Parts: sequence; C-alpha cells; structure tokens
Amino acid sequence: MRALTEHRLAGVLAMAAIIAVLPLFFPSAYYYRVAALVFVFALAAVGLNLLMGLAGQVSLGHAGFMGIGAYAVAIGPTHLGVPSWLSFVIGAALAALTAFVVGRPILRLKGHYLAVATLGFGLLLAIVFTNEARWTGGPDGMSVPRLLVFGLPVRGADTWYWITAAGFLIGAALANNLIDSPTGRALAAIHDSEVAARVLGVDAARKKLAVFVISAVYASAAGSLFALLNGHITPDVSGFLRSIELVAMVVLGGMGSVAGSLVGAALLVVLPQTLTALHDYEHMVLGLVVMAVMIFLRAGIVPTLAGALAARRA
Amino acid sequence: MTLSTRLAAALAVGLATVVAAGETSAQVKLGAVLSVTGPASFLGDPEKRTLEMYVDEINAKGGINGQKLQLVVYDDSADANAARTFATRLIEEDKVAAMVGGTTTGATMAMMPLFEEAQIPLISLAGAIQIVEPVRKWVFKTPHTDKMACEKIFGDLKQRGLTTVALISGTDAFGKSMRDQCVAVAPKAGITIAHEESYGPRDSDMTPQLTNIKGKAGVQAVINPGFGQGPAIVTRNYRQLGITLPLYQSHGVASKQFIDLAGAAADGVRLPAAALLVADKLPDSDPQKPVVVGYTRTYQQKTGQPVSTFGGHAYDGLMIFAEAAKRAGSFDKAKVRDEIEKTKNFIGTGGVVNMSPTDHLGLDLSAFRMLEIKGGDWTLVQ
Amino acid sequence: MSEFLQFAFSGLTVGAVYALVALGFTLIYNASDVINFAQGEFVMLGGMTTVFLALAGVPLPAAACLAIVLTVIVGLALYRFAIAPAQGAGAVALIIITIGASIFLRGAAQVVFDKRFHSLPPWFGSEPLRVAGAAILPQSLVVLAGAVVVVVLLWAFIERTLVGKAIVATAANALAARLVGIDTGRVVGLSFAISAAIGALAGILITPITLTSYDVGTLLALKGFAAAMLGGIGSAVGAVAGGLLLGLLEAFAAGYLSSQYKDAVAFLVILLVLFAMPRGLFGRASIERV
Repeated sequence: MRALTEHRLAGVLAMAAIIAVLPLFFPSAYYYRVAALVFVFALAAVGLNLLMGLAGQVSLGHAGFMGIGAYAVAIGPTHLGVPSWLSFVIGAALAALTAFVVGRPILRLKGHYLAVATLGFGLLLAIVFTNEARWTGGPDGMSVPRLLVFGLPVRGADTWYWITAAGFLIGAALANNLIDSPTGRALAAIHDSEVAARVLGVDAARKKLAVFVISAVYASAAGSLFALLNGHITPDVSGFLRSIELVAMVVLGGMGSVAGSLVGAALLVVLPQTLTALHDYEHMVLGLVVMAVMIFLRAGIVPTLAGALAARRA
Repeated sequence: MTLSTRLAAALAVGLATVVAAGETSAQVKLGAVLSVTGPASFLGDPEKRTLEMYVDEINAKGGINGQKLQLVVYDDSADANAARTFATRLIEEDKVAAMVGGTTTGATMAMMPLFEEAQIPLISLAGAIQIVEPVRKWVFKTPHTDKMACEKIFGDLKQRGLTTVALISGTDAFGKSMRDQCVAVAPKAGITIAHEESYGPRDSDMTPQLTNIKGKAGVQAVINPGFGQGPAIVTRNYRQLGITLPLYQSHGVASKQFIDLAGAAADGVRLPAAALLVADKLPDSDPQKPVVVGYTRTYQQKTGQPVSTFGGHAYDGLMIFAEAAKRAGSFDKAKVRDEIEKTKNFIGTGGVVNMSPTDHLGLDLSAFRMLEIKGGDWTLVQ
Repeated sequence: MSEFLQFAFSGLTVGAVYALVALGFTLIYNASDVINFAQGEFVMLGGMTTVFLALAGVPLPAAACLAIVLTVIVGLALYRFAIAPAQGAGAVALIIITIGASIFLRGAAQVVFDKRFHSLPPWFGSEPLRVAGAAILPQSLVVLAGAVVVVVLLWAFIERTLVGKAIVATAANALAARLVGIDTGRVVGLSFAISAAIGALAGILITPITLTSYDVGTLLALKGFAAAMLGGIGSAVGAVAGGLLLGLLEAFAAGYLSSQYKDAVAFLVILLVLFAMPRGLFGRASIERV
C-alpha cells in the first residue's frame, strides 16, 4: 500500500481519478468549459512551477510563451496553410528556440533583476502581437480555425474537457518525472544555493537554461490549447496581467508542488466566476482572498495543507 | 474551527454560490457581457448603467408581453477569454433569451460563434464593421461603424477643401480598427494620408508624435482615432505645440467629459457623433429629438454624470430587442430574431434604424452628425 | 534642433513621473526587501482623492494635504495588515501579497470613486514655455522639481536623522538592528508611510498632465518598477536616473524610430543595459552569503 502511495505517479493518478469522476457533477457545458480553462492554465502553471518552484528563477513574462503557442495555431492554418496539430508542434519548437536564445543572457541575472528582464521580454512579445496586425489581427485578435482530428472538427465543451485534462495530466506526469530525476535534484540544489551547487560540479547555467526552455514549451502547449479551445485569440493572452496571473497561480498553489499548480489555477479561474454575484465588490474580494491565502497559507495551499496533515499524523 | 474545515466550508460556499447563480426563474432573462472594468470601462460603465435603468423602467411599466425582464450582467474587463466564458454561462446556465452586449470587438468576435450555434440573438455594442460584414444570421449591432466615421470626416474635409491629412491613432482596438478603415477608405474619398503616428492608450504625453506631424510638410488636417483619455491628452498637446491645423476626433470621445478634460484646447475640434450629444440643440423638427432629450435627462438625473453615446448604443440595443419581442408576441428566439431583422424606422439615440436581411446595423451616414466644439460645448456644423 | 529639444522635454516630463514612482519602490525595498507592487495605487490614491475632495468642496491645497495623509494611512494599513503578518514569507510570496493589495485597492477605488477620467488644474497655468522652439509645460517643471526635492529630503532624512539611520541599519541587517534596540517593525512601517506619501505627492503633481483614473496605478507600477531596476534597486539616485532615462528612451523612440514600438524599444534597451550591468546603473554589488 505504501509503495502505491509513494509511487512517483501516485499524485498524477489521484488527480486523474478525480478528473474522470468530476463530470458527473456538471449540470451544463459551462462547467466543462471552466474546468477546461483550469486545466489549460494549470498546464502553463506546472511549467512555470518548474522554473520558479524547482529552480527558483522568477519569471514575470511567461505569458509571452503562451502567446507564441496561441498565435502559432492561429497563424499556421490561417496564413500558412499548416494544419493545426503541426502548428501546435511548431509553436512549441518556436517557444523553445526563443527561450534558448533569450534565456542565456537573461538567466545570468539574479532576483528582481531577472524578474524585470523577463517582464520586459513578455511585454516585447505582447507589443509585437498587438502591432503586427497583418499576421496577428492586431488588438482585436484573430479567429483560430478549429482543430481537425481525422478531418472532423473538434467541438463541444465536453470534448475539450477531456483533451485539456489529458494535456495537463501528461504535463504533470512529466514534471513529476523531472522533479525526481538527477536534473530535478540539481535544480533544487541550485535553488538552495547556486554557489554550493556549482562547487559540487552542477553546471548551473546549463541546467537553468534547460528548465527555462522546458517551462517555455509547457506554456506554449497551454497557449495552443487555449487558442483552439476559444476559437479566437487576442494579444492579451501574452499580456502583463496574464503573466502575473500565472505567477500568482504558482505561488498560491504552492511553489514546487505540481498538484499546487492545479489548485492555484482552479482558484484563480473559478473564483472570479463565483464572485460575479458581488458585482462592484468583485475585485476587492479577489484582492482580499489573494492576500489572505498568501498570509495564512504562506508556503502555498497544497504544501501548507500537506504539512498540516503530516504534522497531525506524526 | 480548524484550518482545513474552514477551507472546506469556504469551498462549499463558493460552489453553492455558483450553483445558485444558475437557478432558473420564471422571469425572462436578458444577458449582457460588458467591459465594466478594465481598459474599456469608459465604454462599458455607461452601457451597464443604461441597461440597468431602462430594464427597471420597462419592468415598472409592466414588462414585455406581460413578463418582467431580468438583466444578467457579467463584467469581462475587456478580456475576450472571460467574455467567452461568460457567454457560455449566459447560454447554458442562465438560459437567456437574448444578449445585448460585447463592449469590445474582440469580446464580440469571441462570443459570436457561441450565439450563432445556440441560435440566440446577439445585439453587439462594439464598433468594428467586421461584426456585421459578412452578415451573420443571429448577430446585430447598434453603434455606427468606424468606416462610417471615416467617411463622415473625409466628407467634411472635402467640403473644406482639404485633402492631405495625418493620422495619430491609439494602439487600442478602437483606434486601430478605425485607423485601418480610414486607410482603406481614403483613396476612394480622394484623401491622401501623408503621415501616421500612434500612441498607447494609457500614455501621458504625445508631444513627440505630434512634433513629427507638425514637421511634416503638406499636412492640412489631423485625425485622431482613439477613445478614452488619449484623445484628451492629444488635444492638449496639440495646442501646447501651437499646431493650428484643423483637428478631427473620432466618435470614441463622445462624452462631455472630453471637453472638460481637454479644456480650452478643445475649441475648434470637429468630430462625427450621434445626435445624442447635441440633444438640446436639435431643431424641434428633428425626429431624434424626443428620444435623445429623454435619454439625456434620464441618464443625467439617475447617474449625475454627463451622457455618453456608448450608453446610448446600449439603450438602442435594449429598445430594439424590446420592440422586436413585443412585435413577436413572445420570447421565442427565432421569432424575436426575425423581428429584430425587420426593425424599421426605429428612432434611437444613434440614428434612425432600418434593418434588413443584408444589413444588421441599419444606420446610414446621415445618422452621424458633424459636431464642432465651441466655447466648451458641442455645436452642430451645418 | 527644436525637434530634439521637444522630444527631450517630453521624455523628461514622463521620466519625472516614473522617477517619483521608482523612488517609492526603492525606499520600501531598502528597508524591507519587499517589492511593493501597490506603489502605483498610492499614486492613484493621491490624485483621485484630491480630485474627489475638491469636487466635494474642499479647497485644493487642503484637499492635496488631506489626500497625502489618507494615502499614508492606507500605506500603513497595508504594512500592518498585509506585510507584517507575513513575516518570514519568501520574496515571491510578499510580491503576490502586494499584488493582491493592488487589486484590492483598485477594486475599492472603483467603488469609492468612479471609473471616469479626471484632471486637476495645473499649478502655474497651462500656457507652455517656449525654449528654442520647443514647448514645455510649467507643470512638467513642477514635477521635475518635485522629484529633486524628494530626493534631497530623503537624503537629508537618511543621512542626518536618527530615524533615517535606523532605516539604513534595518536594511543592512535586520537582526543586528533589532539587537541594538531598533524597532524594525516600526522602521519598515515608516518606510511604507514615506513611500505612500511620495506616491501620493507624485499623483498630485502629475495629474494635471497625465490625468487620473482608478486604474492608472497598474501601468505606472510597471514602468516605475522597471525604472527602479534600471537605475539599480536600492539607490535613490538610481531610481531618479532610471526614471528619467526610461522616459527619454520612450520619447526618442517615439520621435525618431516608431511610435508603435516605443515601449518595445525602451524595454529592449533596459534588457541590454541589464545584460551589460546586471546590477543596474547605480546598483550596489550585493554579496551573496553561501
């Protein structure tokens, strides 16, 4: 029994079980849609979590990579005649390449300087998406042709629920794999103390760049799913507010915790939906909730709760 | 209570709120996804207030077809993704009979396919011409298109004998869309666009861009497509730099607030706008006068704020829907849609509306009046 | 030549705005290592509170002073209820808290004020001064002067008063400061109060030029933060230099390159500067304890 719960994939299987059962409680397509959005953002958050939680590098521009993936599946079929699935792959490759090129100089910066550099990078991408209207449709955005599987268009909120859930679970499983691998341990060591890790022979620059590229691919995949799911994409997919939202999801859910990314994403996607009843006071309450969670559950929701449970068991 | 119990309780309350919000009731629901907060709140806030006050008024008079209307408003903060989620919610959970909304073009474009698929009428409050061209069966709109604004301005320029212009546009969706239309329409209208500049919608100083325009030889007039605070700052900067060429604003500034913010710099500025802005100055014979005067009085009385054409578009949308529902005698979506399409001689704040199967806007160029700002107030240019 | 001068004036005007916001960031960071993303909201509160008090009939100078006092109270409340309880939380957690606070303050401003744009009358009239063919508003000079005055006052406060020394001590080593009897909680609270005052003052000075509304805070915080990092976080001179430089970059990019991409150019330059000087222009080299 112990072996089962401690198995590397136990967490992912548990989440998969919940995800499989959840639709029984969904009265309408609206719930499927909200859940699909949660999975999409959770996927991006998992990638960012690897960068922030595991390797300790703050990125305030991660939504830029989401934008790359999103516009890839929009521009590919519309302007270049490339089928959606291939555009998805190309988008991920482009994001990886961009991360590789930009990551080298950016990751030499530390702390808040790194934060501002990633912020600038994200803003640059958002500006390009807004201004290059011939390709991107400008500030009003462009429509995204439907994903075709074996010639049939994918439609329906419930179909997207399963697709995005699968995407998230695959991403989560791979992330767990990475965390438990030598590279993951090396990244954790870098997070703790980069100097000490380097002294021990860890090639810090290379490892940081690797996780930066991986997190970019996660974000791009999430962005592509987001665009296909919505059928329409606007430049604020890669905007500053979106980047901040992703960081908040990671931190609120728990840095370093894959399940935390899901919880954080769920919180920031579902909460605004429940708060609409408050009308004008919606934003005030949202701000209060964010502050409260951070003050009382300092390590993030999942780690704090897990810690509390473990303490009780001890 | 322990921490985990507290969290569980909070989660339960949250879920309950969501479920409760979706309960159906006997009232007929009218949906509205508006950008009440965020970068387009200049448009969305008056729209929300207008819809709320006039739904109340309709209900006070007994409702439509004997049923009261329930307005369901969601705020998308100008985020197309949020708009789409709320649209799904309106269709699936709230089960609305129709929607008046979509403040921005991006939000409308994201929501349109859902309403087409669900076969529910959508009356959009956004400006771009793409919403009604090509015509979609279930989608209508009330605001004048940005193409019409360009045509109106170009017409006035030709009348004054001016043919070479410079554009300074906001990089927001409104400014960009109108700028694109002006560029497309200019050759046919005989207007040459000699120079273009742009500014961010939240920028605080446009003197570099205007300096470049000032330095460009041959420019005879300047057009500023944009909305919100940007045009007010452009206008102030324009006078600071001592530029005396005629300045044209767009219908995006359409509220007295622009004059208050731009101050004395606004004198001499012309813009195409709905008759709503000059309600009291219309001749008594003007068919729009009763409607616009009535709306102006009600809005200013209930909110204490000057009237804006964006609220006016929401009024038009609501009334077109209300009258169509009355003519249809029910809230059957297909019947209401047919009646909306048959709207003839509807006198709104934006103009006189005549819709048809090929025209889901129903306004022509005469719905726009050319206004000039003199002495801190709007005046009609004859 | 007059074009160049005009661009420079525009850049200095906007840059002075960024400089004042950056100073607020720097002060709080110096005392507590916290990057306060609600700094933009202090600027918003200064401007909007003054506008609404004036609308309610309070004479303008009194409204301005009252606005500063109210913003200081908000700053202290932010520290007392959001930052202090989170002692020991990591840097990123504190950033998220301040972001939550900025969302809360924006939401509150929507309800308490309104969603429209407002202005304040300029201090010395709206007729621009003409210098060598270029125009500069008297209010721009007021903002620039304000930035200089704030820097000088801050310097005097830090160098010449005991309380100022206490702030430096807390920034250097909080534990050691406590050991010599400094109430570090009070010191950090004070830094929040001063930053709020600087932010509110900035809001009051710039509103006649930039206009104000409930959501001006977001973009200002972003640019102010970037300016503070460009100049080197922790250095007041750096904050002002960073702010002015950012403003000038935007203006020259808009004037000479492309007005569409002016923000992109500015941020590109910031990135390049940071690649070359990873501590910003005037940032202190920090010593990392292994």
